[in-house]
Amino acid sequence: MRHILRRILFYACAIWVAITLDFFIPRLAPGDPVAALVGKMSIKGYVTPAMQQTLAAEFGLNTHDSLLVQYFRYLGNLLHGNLGNSIQYFPTPVSQIIGQDIGWSIMLGGVAVIISFTLGCLFGIITAWKRSSLLDTILSPAMNFLSAIPYFWLALLSLFIFAYLLNWFPLTGGSYDAINFNPGWSLDYIGSVIQYAFLPALTLVISSLAGWMLTMRNSMITTLSEDYVLMARAKGLSEGRIMFRYAARNAVLPNITGFAIAIGTIVGGQLLTEMVFSYPGIGYALFQAVGEQDYAMVQGVFLIITLAVLGANFMADMLYAFLDPRVRVERSA
Amino acid sequence: MQTQEIIGPMGAAPIAFPPTDPFYARIQHALLTIWRAFTASPRVAVGSAIVSFFILVGLLGPLFMRYDPEATSNLFIAHPSAAHWLGTTVVGQDIFSQLINGTRTSVFWGLGTGLLVTLLSLVVGLVGGYFGGWIDDVLTLLTNVSLVLPALPLAIVLAAYFPRGPLTISLVIVFTNWSWQARVLRAQTLSMRSREFVTAARSCGERAWRIIFFEILPNEIGIVVAGYVSTTVYVVLTWAALEFLGLGDGTIPSWGSILYWAQQAGALGGGLWWWFVPPGACIAILGAGLSLINFGIDEIADPRLRKESSPKKLRKAAA
Repeated sequence: MRHILRRILFYACAIWVAITLDFFIPRLAPGDPVAALVGKMSIKGYVTPAMQQTLAAEFGLNTHDSLLVQYFRYLGNLLHGNLGNSIQYFPTPVSQIIGQDIGWSIMLGGVAVIISFTLGCLFGIITAWKRSSLLDTILSPAMNFLSAIPYFWLALLSLFIFAYLLNWFPLTGGSYDAINFNPGWSLDYIGSVIQYAFLPALTLVISSLAGWMLTMRNSMITTLSEDYVLMARAKGLSEGRIMFRYAARNAVLPNITGFAIAIGTIVGGQLLTEMVFSYPGIGYALFQAVGEQDYAMVQGVFLIITLAVLGANFMADMLYAFLDPRVRVERSA
Repeated sequence: MQTQEIIGPMGAAPIAFPPTDPFYARIQHALLTIWRAFTASPRVAVGSAIVSFFILVGLLGPLFMRYDPEATSNLFIAHPSAAHWLGTTVVGQDIFSQLINGTRTSVFWGLGTGLLVTLLSLVVGLVGGYFGGWIDDVLTLLTNVSLVLPALPLAIVLAAYFPRGPLTISLVIVFTNWSWQARVLRAQTLSMRSREFVTAARSCGERAWRIIFFEILPNEIGIVVAGYVSTTVYVVLTWAALEFLGLGDGTIPSWGSILYWAQQAGALGGGLWWWFVPPGACIAILGAGLSLINFGIDEIADPRLRKESSPKKLRKAAA
């Protein structure tokens, strides 16, 4: 119980740090980027008085309030779920835009994480079981190489090969063919969604597979040298039973925690994927916001991603304490 | 095995030279151990060769450039040919020259930033681990908080606000990535703190900073090196990603900025593969080289991951 309480306190502290960073970064940046942006936009005639007022309130321009007052106002706004207004889609609130985009991110990331986790664990188990076999000597270094490829370049390459050269998948990006299909539970629409998500998901799986596999392989190698595995062999149990019921079941522990953490990254873990494929998730929103210098949006997206990651880490902590009694005993002793 | 003495983080004797040795003998010894470390396993050897190649290109490459990398010409979007090995951009710049020119920025800022990250984590980890008490509590809290905050989104937010340029990217990466290694080093230092040689140094009246950096640090050099290498892989990748997003200074040549301009000019939709494939390949190969070094170090440090070698090899290694 004390362990759980400590963790809760820690995550509260982490959330506070994230929020505070989010507040202070634009105010501490040299040259006052927000004021510069407003100035630049005023010259072009983009800034209406209403917009200027909102921006001033959000970023503390031309106000006589002290930083502290601004800070607490910002905290209050956050508690009400108010992340400010987007500049590029003024006056749409940031939270509304994020709400529209986050679904696509979670779907894409979720599917990719589940596939990658399952395949990675399976490959890890098999390569550890058949260690130094042909399969292991080819698969393990190949996976190492794949994980060293810069992700966005892998994405660019696959987009070039499969979308440009072979024309199997759309080159333009988006989440479905908006011209020909309407959202709904029709087969065509779902097919279109799959067609648009396939390539991004594939590159995500390829780039993250190695991590799962290597962790599983290393942990499995350690487990295979345990006495109870030898005992199981001596009892003459079938290969499959020893592999999955005895060894893999214990070796999977580090990966389970990794999985819980990965659940948190499905919100913001595919930033680069969405940027390269123009997939309309939260990462693409961040990309556009950076390009348009939509600071409120940048901060809002960062905050949401951070909250998701922190939540998942908390979950992983709790899960670990639940799965591995040694953690609990040690802490309470 | 010789190398285990140098790199093995645990157990092995600390690298302590008899104080009577003249300094050139020490340097010779150090060079020899470095050479042995680099040729310890085929993986490390291949990895070091790749990394050295890129360093050489970064140092000497611009001497062999046949075109001014920024000069435009009338030869737009030329396919790779004998004159332009990697073709030209939409404004007729020679991509091969740009690539060589960019190697310098990418490799040296990457290696340097990796060094900065390592230095910061070293100080935090060792100081926290050695002193314990409230100093350790504060530093551990900082480390753990920094560890759970998502690095790439935070880096993007920071880089978006601060002025564009390599220094900004470098500092942003340092700020978002120091914590992992700091945690590892703190744990290691905690276990070192109560060893005899530390107690001995303390009872000799040595000052704390001397004990930390001259007694404890040399014993953790294996972890520090491994951490440096893996950090640098990450730094190179993050660097390219941030520049690709347009958060770098597009006028400074580097692999990431070539990718950025290629993306801006629609190289993908136009099928200009020779524009965006080579810089990415360079990043991939450099990353693979560094990873190979790291796997080699892991193998030396963790015998369980090592492949059992044949008796013949064993005899050779022992000789």
